[in-house]
Amino acid sequence: MSMDTGKYIFILVMLLGLFMLSLVIFPFIGIEGITPGEVLSDPASRGSEIFWKLRMPRVLAGMLCGGVLSAVGLTFQAMFRNPLATPFTLGTASGASLGASVYIWAGWSFSLAGISGLTFMAFLGASAALSLVYGFSRWRRGMPSEIMLLSGVAISIFFSSLILLLQYMSNQAHSLRILRWLMGGLEIVGYREILEPLPLALVGLAVIFLKRLDLNLLSTGEDLAAARGVNVDQTKLMLLLSTGLMVGAVVAVAGPVAFVGLIVPHICRLFFGPDHRILVIASILMGAVFLSGCDALARIVLAPAELPVGIITSLLGGPFFIWMLLRDGGRTSS
Amino acid sequence: MGIILAARGFSYRLGKKALLEEINFEVRAGERWAIIGPNGAGKSTLLKAFCRILASGEGLLLVGDKPLSQYKQKALARWISYVPQASGRDDLFTVREFVVMGRYPHLSAFSALTRRDWEEVERVLDLTGMADFAERRVCTLSGGEQQKTLIAAALVQGANIMLLDEPTAFLDPYQQSQIHDLLETLHQDAGVTLVEVTHDINQAALGHDRILGLRAGRVVFTGSPEELMTGRVLQEIYGRSFNLFPHPETGRSMVLP
Repeated sequence: MSMDTGKYIFILVMLLGLFMLSLVIFPFIGIEGITPGEVLSDPASRGSEIFWKLRMPRVLAGMLCGGVLSAVGLTFQAMFRNPLATPFTLGTASGASLGASVYIWAGWSFSLAGISGLTFMAFLGASAALSLVYGFSRWRRGMPSEIMLLSGVAISIFFSSLILLLQYMSNQAHSLRILRWLMGGLEIVGYREILEPLPLALVGLAVIFLKRLDLNLLSTGEDLAAARGVNVDQTKLMLLLSTGLMVGAVVAVAGPVAFVGLIVPHICRLFFGPDHRILVIASILMGAVFLSGCDALARIVLAPAELPVGIITSLLGGPFFIWMLLRDGGRTSS
Repeated sequence: MGIILAARGFSYRLGKKALLEEINFEVRAGERWAIIGPNGAGKSTLLKAFCRILASGEGLLLVGDKPLSQYKQKALARWISYVPQASGRDDLFTVREFVVMGRYPHLSAFSALTRRDWEEVERVLDLTGMADFAERRVCTLSGGEQQKTLIAAALVQGANIMLLDEPTAFLDPYQQSQIHDLLETLHQDAGVTLVEVTHDINQAALGHDRILGLRAGRVVFTGSPEELMTGRVLQEIYGRSFNLFPHPETGRSMVLP
């Protein structure tokens, strides 16, 4: 049988191994050299401090954001039946960025039910963008995914212009903060910034995992999915809500880190095939490894300077995107 | 046999345009129906309304002994399966993976496929003659093989009723006859109630118990093949005249295009 339990477990164990390995190795990569001996022998040593207080939170943040962004990309690609659908091409990330930019521009500082204002505003922005795209898809059912994608790109450009406008109207300090934040980065200190988006991310990932069979059917077309028993409208709404939450939460931490949601699901499909029973887990784990790996690279590639990780993923993702466009015109779901 | 599928005064509108108006008909368990009519008559719309691929319309659709509105989508999928047109599918799933997905209405979000699910998949692959293709990707198959894969995936749902939208469109004569044989097997041996949309008048008259003729969203004919094959009825359905000839062997009427 093509998807027997043995193969499933093998892939799962392999990916978990890769994930654990990254978790242990990546914190050692950086401008300041630290050794395992240092970290293990003396918890008060300089190496331990760097490992646990600076690098580990950053690696974990990278894993969280990478896992979420690639799971969201995978979900969009199945739902909209287009391999180029990502949080970026559908305007979700720009929406979240706009929300966050408004927060910075206005100089606000509030929190709602333990969720920071920045996260809240990012979620609002992401939801606004998703509502627009969802509205388009409801307005004309069976609208070709190319048009959906183009409307997403248009929304994205529109929101980006609004962000530029906000920057123009901001004072220099706010403007610089917005700009730096838009580059996307994981320069966080401590664990608080990870714990805040974690519940939102976990709920969202759980929803996507529970809907893995629905994603399989949606990727064969909405008509067929409905005929097989998927409640299409309800499922799409649930997925859009949770992806909105997740993108908002993640963008608030790391800024709009581009292309993770494109590259990782695609590579997973190349390796593991089109079955979402494997792809959901694989995308989460590979996304985690990919983004934290890119961030490790960002820490050393221009040493002694550190690059924002968003620059690395964009440099990788741009050519990758064009390659995919040229390869199959963005049509088939491979 | 009891009524298993029925429309009572059913209408469906898209915006202001009525796609179906005051549809009435009844299908008994085990019957094989053909739906014919010109393009845009509402044939596919009617199938999609029964599977609730479309939003609900006015009037009543009955499935089993209950109105459609009383079914959850999953429960409905255990009653009715749907086979869309199979033109150029780009799915990367293998045939077996694709057919497995038909078990969806029998699974919950937390449950894995059981041995029974797998047995059912293998049985259906054998029955449809797709066992040898099980590891092939759907996108690499011919039109007829894709059609058989879609029928297999619908069959594995375990529903008593199967709705098919032009199952032999785009197929060459050999593949057409293969699909017709397969459907005949399902109807005769498995006792599945079949409702097929078709443009092939002769085929509709040949292999079916009852025929529903639609024109511009309205029922203009319900009856047997013999009743269908008259110049007046065909004129009413298609708005043009046909030449009818007796079949050289059986003597039944046939149309020449």
